[in-house]
Amino acid sequence: MSVELDPSSKFTAYAHPERLVSTEWLQEHLATPGLAIVESDEDVLLFETGHIPGAVKIDWHTDLNDPVERDFIGSEAFAAMLGSKGITRDTTIVVYGDKSNWWAAYALWVFTLFGHEDVRLLDGGRDKWIAEGREVTTAPPAVVPVDYPVVPRNDSPIRAFKDDVLAHFGNPLIDVRSPEEYTGERTHMPAYPEEGALRAGHIPSAVSVPWARAAAPDATFKTREELDALYRGEAGLTDDDNVIAYCRIGERSSHTWFVLTHLLGLRGVRNYDGSWTEWGNAIRVPIALGAEPGDASKPR
Amino acid sequence: MGITELPEQLTEIRDEFLELEEKDRLLLLLEFANELPDLPARFQDHPDLLERVVECQSPVYIFVEVDQAGAVHLHATAPRESPTTRGFVSIIAQGVEGLTVEQALAVPDDFPNSLGLTRAVSPLRLRGMTAMLARTKRQLRALAAA
Repeated sequence: MSVELDPSSKFTAYAHPERLVSTEWLQEHLATPGLAIVESDEDVLLFETGHIPGAVKIDWHTDLNDPVERDFIGSEAFAAMLGSKGITRDTTIVVYGDKSNWWAAYALWVFTLFGHEDVRLLDGGRDKWIAEGREVTTAPPAVVPVDYPVVPRNDSPIRAFKDDVLAHFGNPLIDVRSPEEYTGERTHMPAYPEEGALRAGHIPSAVSVPWARAAAPDATFKTREELDALYRGEAGLTDDDNVIAYCRIGERSSHTWFVLTHLLGLRGVRNYDGSWTEWGNAIRVPIALGAEPGDASKPR
Repeated sequence: MGITELPEQLTEIRDEFLELEEKDRLLLLLEFANELPDLPARFQDHPDLLERVVECQSPVYIFVEVDQAGAVHLHATAPRESPTTRGFVSIIAQGVEGLTVEQALAVPDDFPNSLGLTRAVSPLRLRGMTAMLARTKRQLRALAAA
């Protein structure tokens, strides 16, 4: 049984308003049976400094990534992890986090790989909740472990691998990194650590739309109208397009994947989580430099 | 150079971490984060004196000082919204506080990896602490050469 939806008028303009809740809605629904609140941040300690009452923490590094192989955790580990957080298969999950929900969107995308049906984002995330002076607590959540079923991870609908990107040429690619990373001036975000890409630039034909352009200054998503102007207008995407978004390790592009899929309603959007840390190290893949998208009209 | 003993205060910090269960090590890291003192006033007015640790995801700045008695002090600042980074720099600051330059330079470069945080924090994040230690030592070498 899903928890009731947030009827906010801002959300009704989006293609899938059921994927968002507002801070007001969450405040009223704290401690609702069947609702789990999940915090997912860039900083692994931020949750411990104070979190929304009742929230559990899921860390992208230590909970969602396989500790050995460069991949997400498998079905058994996912089931054990969610079960240990008191989340069942039919729990409604609201995810929130720092940095305009950047990591929260990543967690939501990973939950979607496992087909968890009702997972939503808190519009504005951690920053908005705190900016509004709402309650946070350092008290650890009282979690009763439950059984989460072992379900297959179904990557293909929303996840692209390197070969998928090569076969995708001729269809839209969105590069959501900073302009400096796109042009090839640098291989990592301004002010972020070098994470080991040997070559700089972008995948030929990819259009540059930095992910944060979808976020308002208060960390909420921009309105439907603004997002349409950005992605349908400026980037030229249409409903029928198959789109692949990428960044450096797939986290920023999860945010864009959420916007394109759930807010604008595109049906064929995949996230290439190997992203630049794979492409920029791969042998014999094409790379474009500079501000122009470059050409990649035929599948390879 | 023979095998150098880890200075006592660093041994204590390491043992404090290793005595705890993994999840409690995060809380100890948070305690360190909360213990990071504000920058002395003389640096607050002189941000140019501070070196940015660019390997860290959040803005953290350090300044290394050797006083007239030859004792090392590390001053640092990092935002409250980045408790992990604050915790890391606080560990290094407390760890080198009052050491001689020679002792501080002898701290093993991989000290951050000995705290038992690899799994709870992740190796990628620990790189930030390794970078802080390396930059601290580099500033000390520059001071010693001056």
